Amino acid sequence: MIESFQETLVAAGENATPLSITGGGSKAFYGRRPEGREFCVRDYRGVIDYSPTELVITARAGTPLAEIEAVLAAENQMLAFEPPHFGASTTLGGTIACGLSGPRRPFAGAARDFVLGIRCLNGKGEQLRFGGQVMKNVAGYDVSRTLTGSLGTLALLLEISLKVLPRPETEVTLCRQTTAAEAIVLMNRWAGKPLPLSATCFHDGQLALRLSGTRRGVQAAAEQIGGDRMDPAETFWEDLREHRHAFFTDDKPVWRLSVPPATAPLVLEGETFIDWGGAQRWITTMLPTAAVRAAATAAGGHACRFRSNDREAVFQPLPAGLLALHQRLKHSFDPAGILNPGRMYAEL
Amino acid sequence: MSSATFTLLLRSHLPEQCVLSHPEDLRPYECDALSAYRNTPLAVVIPETQQQVKTTLQLCSENRVPVVARGAGTGLSGGALPVTDGVLLSMARFNRILEIDTGNRTARVQPGVTNLSISKAAEPYGLYYAPDPSSQIACSIGGNVAENAGGIHCLKYGLTVNNIQHLEVLTVEGEQLTIGSAALDSPGYDLLALMTGSEGLLGVITEVTVKLLPIPATAQVVLAAFDSVEAAGTGVTATIASGIIPAGLELLDNPAIRAVEKFVNAGYPVDAAAILLCEIDGTADEVSAQIEQVSRVFRDAGAIDLQVSRNEAERQRFWAGRKAAFPAMGRLSPDYYCMDGTIPRKHLATVLAEIGRLSSEYDLPICNVFHAGDGNLHPLILYDANQPGELERTEELGGKILEICVAVGGTITGEHGVGMEKINQMCVQFNAAELTQFHAIKQAFDKQQLLNPGKAIPTLHRCAEFGAMHVHEGKLPHPELERF
Repeated sequence: MIESFQETLVAAGENATPLSITGGGSKAFYGRRPEGREFCVRDYRGVIDYSPTELVITARAGTPLAEIEAVLAAENQMLAFEPPHFGASTTLGGTIACGLSGPRRPFAGAARDFVLGIRCLNGKGEQLRFGGQVMKNVAGYDVSRTLTGSLGTLALLLEISLKVLPRPETEVTLCRQTTAAEAIVLMNRWAGKPLPLSATCFHDGQLALRLSGTRRGVQAAAEQIGGDRMDPAETFWEDLREHRHAFFTDDKPVWRLSVPPATAPLVLEGETFIDWGGAQRWITTMLPTAAVRAAATAAGGHACRFRSNDREAVFQPLPAGLLALHQRLKHSFDPAGILNPGRMYAEL
Repeated sequence: MSSATFTLLLRSHLPEQCVLSHPEDLRPYECDALSAYRNTPLAVVIPETQQQVKTTLQLCSENRVPVVARGAGTGLSGGALPVTDGVLLSMARFNRILEIDTGNRTARVQPGVTNLSISKAAEPYGLYYAPDPSSQIACSIGGNVAENAGGIHCLKYGLTVNNIQHLEVLTVEGEQLTIGSAALDSPGYDLLALMTGSEGLLGVITEVTVKLLPIPATAQVVLAAFDSVEAAGTGVTATIASGIIPAGLELLDNPAIRAVEKFVNAGYPVDAAAILLCEIDGTADEVSAQIEQVSRVFRDAGAIDLQVSRNEAERQRFWAGRKAAFPAMGRLSPDYYCMDGTIPRKHLATVLAEIGRLSSEYDLPICNVFHAGDGNLHPLILYDANQPGELERTEELGGKILEICVAVGGTITGEHGVGMEKINQMCVQFNAAELTQFHAIKQAFDKQQLLNPGKAIPTLHRCAEFGAMHVHEGKLPHPELERF
């Protein structure tokens, strides 16, 4: 199958026909509107290697994320970055190409932190392998992590090796009523203490906090922090991760603001859901793009038009120097510009 | 332009104290901690301000003069080795901690700040910087970023790349780029990952923002002895299988145990075939629960002796042996040669058996110390450079060991970097298309190939034998630093 992928890429390069790489289609809403001919690669699937005691899984990019999670769960392990699925069809390749992470991110790390190695095809159809299946590897530039979140604009992902972690022995979710300002202060105060935190969020007057670890450790931390136990809590965190929570079902555009976690509540007209201990603010608003971006920039972060009908200016524009560097990098991987052109920025 | 003319040009644009060019002033900069490789640069520039760095880079790129950036010079792979027709840019005077942001748990620092001083500055707030390379008392954070430095706590807390948020970088043309931000992610490509571990080939770092973590409430160590390396290997995999991620997990084989015990009396059982040191950190309740669990796991794996540190002094004593492994080798043998491969842990017993076989074949003793948690192996080959042919035999043996690492799916360098030292071994790990892609990335940042030329990524023409770290009579540059 790799040979046929290579042929497709080489032909696309020769004919200057842009391709729009697709997997499960679960994140078709994300990023700028695809421009090229659809090139579906979801059939390249299956787990290649999984040794639980190595804490590494290697799978083909078309493998359904649900399949990977089931394989890991059978060994009591997990993807610690808690990736969102946004549908049943989502693939490993799409997950890594989009680089999205769930509620555990500020405490466990993002998708890119768990990528150990990648086999891919660049825009010339050359098969390349970067990183590996070991935890520590400093040979060559860290291309695997650079490809994570690059929205398929640099290379077609074939196989991905990820670091996996044991599932915690137990999890407890505590909640309490408070204001947004107080919630941000509390979330950051706790994050600065040696507590087994694995998620904190705030919405509609309720601060929710998840503890993960040994039974004894979680119990002691729960007593120290206090608050009401949410039971069961799995659906709550899953609904947040999958954007099934009522907050996300609004018709208004959904913005994602990534800001320093201790940033005070942003004064923006609209509804806010604070996740990642304050570092990720979901906002549904009809405000113009410039107003939302200005608020994010003023706080030292950036804003992404995550889900909306306007697919033009999705990601925060890059400063000129960085954009030029992005263009040169894109060219180094994909000189003919056939891989998902325009999906991230019009200029890439 | 001649070297002398270019030096005059530097002097005309920079303050007197920032430019060194007399031969005796250049000598200390001839090498980093890989002293087998030495070059005298045409000049050393030690800037004090961002503007001076920029000026230096502009002058170099306008006149096509190569630039090698240097942090503290503690690197083990020759990454800061000067080029003879180039400038050595020392960032040593960028040594200020600019801000500790306790609310967001970050530290904004200049690149010449030492790794340990960040944790020291954060300590009053109950925070620390997690990556802890053994040279942390002296190595600089800028160098840590350039090498993607690790430490003994990598498995749980990650490498440098997992613990930084933002860099200020100057391109070789002197253009300033802000990479990453005070937020957890940034728009566009993950250039933070690309810069980390790029060994000074892509840009010059002028500022770093690192993440700070809460200092663990407590830590305890289990010292377990095994009567076979296989059993110790089982102890490692069984620990991971039981769902525990230790803060540190180290293995020493019998030759290493005997060597260090003679040297520091850490209380290691000298008859054991291998020992494991397993550190658990966290809240008191988590630590006590996991220490019990690990002890059970080690007993089931066949541990013949088990000790748990009862206090901080005992914990330090257990670690003292491991930390003394390198200096202990210097006592045993006139020279030793340190390798830095990473392997999938499941191949540990096979790889160690194969190393043992090679040791007999070449008639050279080898001690093995191993970051067992993350699979990073440091075989130490003992030899005597004064015996004719022994150095060559050692190099050949070292080459064979690294070949084994690659053959079982591992890598030629886990944490010391490629630099000058392993540039030839890169040819074994990567094929021509991959190396060409690396060069294309370099081209995107540094069109004229002026930043640290000849390092880290070999040209396609250059594929030869493996090399490794040489230590004569235990004399590593910076002998005061712990090396493990």
